[in-house]
Amino acid sequence: MELQVTLQKRFNNFHFDVEFEVQGERIGVFGPSGCGKSTLVGLIAGLSKPDRGKVILDGETLYDGTKNLNIRPEHRRVGMVFQRPSLFPHLSVKGNLTYGLKRCSTANRKIAFDDVVEVLQIKHLMDRGVKYLSGGEKQRVAIGRAVLGNPRLLLLDEPLSALDDSLKFNIVPFLKDVCRTFTIPYLFISHSLLEMQIMTDQVLNLSDGRVLEKTTAEALVRARMGESMAGYMNLLRLTSPQPVDGIYAYNWGDQQLLIASGDTQPEGLFELLSTDIILFKSHPEAISARNLLQCRVIRTFEARHRIGVDLDCGGDGHLVAEVSKQAVEELGIREGSEVYAAVKATAFRKLV
Amino acid sequence: MLGFTPADYSAILLSVKVATTATLLSLPFAFAVAYVMTYRRFRGMVALDVAVNLPLTLPPVVIGYLLLILLGREGLIGRHVLQPLGIQLIFTWKAAVIATAVVGFPLMVRPMRTAMEAIDERLIHVSRLLGAGWFDTIITVILPVSVRGIIAGSVLMFARGLGEFGATVIVAGNIPGVTQTIPLAIYEYASSPRGDVMALSLCAISIAISVVVLVFHEWLARRMVRRD
Repeated sequence: MELQVTLQKRFNNFHFDVEFEVQGERIGVFGPSGCGKSTLVGLIAGLSKPDRGKVILDGETLYDGTKNLNIRPEHRRVGMVFQRPSLFPHLSVKGNLTYGLKRCSTANRKIAFDDVVEVLQIKHLMDRGVKYLSGGEKQRVAIGRAVLGNPRLLLLDEPLSALDDSLKFNIVPFLKDVCRTFTIPYLFISHSLLEMQIMTDQVLNLSDGRVLEKTTAEALVRARMGESMAGYMNLLRLTSPQPVDGIYAYNWGDQQLLIASGDTQPEGLFELLSTDIILFKSHPEAISARNLLQCRVIRTFEARHRIGVDLDCGGDGHLVAEVSKQAVEELGIREGSEVYAAVKATAFRKLV
Repeated sequence: MLGFTPADYSAILLSVKVATTATLLSLPFAFAVAYVMTYRRFRGMVALDVAVNLPLTLPPVVIGYLLLILLGREGLIGRHVLQPLGIQLIFTWKAAVIATAVVGFPLMVRPMRTAMEAIDERLIHVSRLLGAGWFDTIITVILPVSVRGIIAGSVLMFARGLGEFGATVIVAGNIPGVTQTIPLAIYEYASSPRGDVMALSLCAISIAISVVVLVFHEWLARRMVRRD
């Protein structure tokens, strides 16, 4: 997917003025609330009209102020999932899902109804009224409805924000699966860096109606480390849990991690904050933390008053820890040095 | 019921016929006006708003008189549109329909508009992005989602239509068997000696029809709540 955007729109006390060009399938639009994320989405979808500018999607001009060209939203083939599911209340689940499919020309129909239903696991809901669905089910139906419209670009406008944490990360795999299976590129809009890390390859960083930079979620998380108490979020995809004395032993590359918040699902996505990793210069004889990893320092980076440490933990294991400047000197942390990283079993948070 | 003359029976039937016809005739117009007032921004919106709601505050007699001037033989519409087409409206039941429709119009528009204003804008956005044009969206989203307002508006106009007197008596007259509706018949009985019993009987019929309409509305509303 290739998207070129130059757009300007003046509101009462807000001036929206963006210019960017992106290529890729998983693009994030990041920024605090009120920075113009939803404005951007509305303009790309054609739901509101800019003062001037240009929108070109995959070589086709959707809007050009100078030529007075403004393709209607129903002809743009751009799908959208909002924060709230916004299902049609008068239609059944099936009626909602097929609304876009029915209006899609046969030439553009590439996605089969049954496949989407299977990926989203909503077959059993088919004849229900939408009022009788749970929050997560509703959002899955909303995703299915947008996908079945066979869009060439999906606009995901904070689709996870209205869901509580456990539900949020339940939806993530569905969202990722459906976009990957049917190769639908998307713009993922959110103010959550964690969601950006999980959902995107590239990120447009928006602030006050402008695009500050084209970057990655990784770079943003590193930059933010110094500002936020939470630190850097390590995301670990772990497999094959085995129960051990009331906690779980997960495989991480060729080593094992002991995790308190585990369960029996074969795979899980865990969050581990850089602030929860303690580094030792040599092997501590006895320690209460259940995980002790021998690591090599790849490099260090500075974020305000904190130092981030990139660790190679053997296998494909890679972690970012965070220490103070004094600690760096005392432990002699430099590129190539060996350290031990200790992590408590309770420090991991299961996301998916 | 006892003692009803054929003219009384035809007054009862005519009342129902006029109110029903006026309601059905107004439905598409009222829906269009409610839609335009909810979703379109244009110059003269205030003027339209005032024009639509004017019958609510004007005395019905005034409306009747204005209609008479407009539709009568010398009137703007009467002379240039109706006469060339050979249509005679004044002093027929059709004039009663028009009078009823005009008087009840704001009552029909208001609940429709309230219902449309309550529709989540994103439903409309979603439908557009899924490939539905604006007319498609009106028929498949706005209409079904605002159906309760449409029913409420229709019931209000029908009920108001059953009681229409002032405008009707001027444009349609009070001709027994032709343009005499229940309220006009009651008026005639009430102003004639020994007409009390007949007037009361027609009142009873009037109450019965109103009760049936309200019960029907309640039933429909409940059924929709259940369906949701």
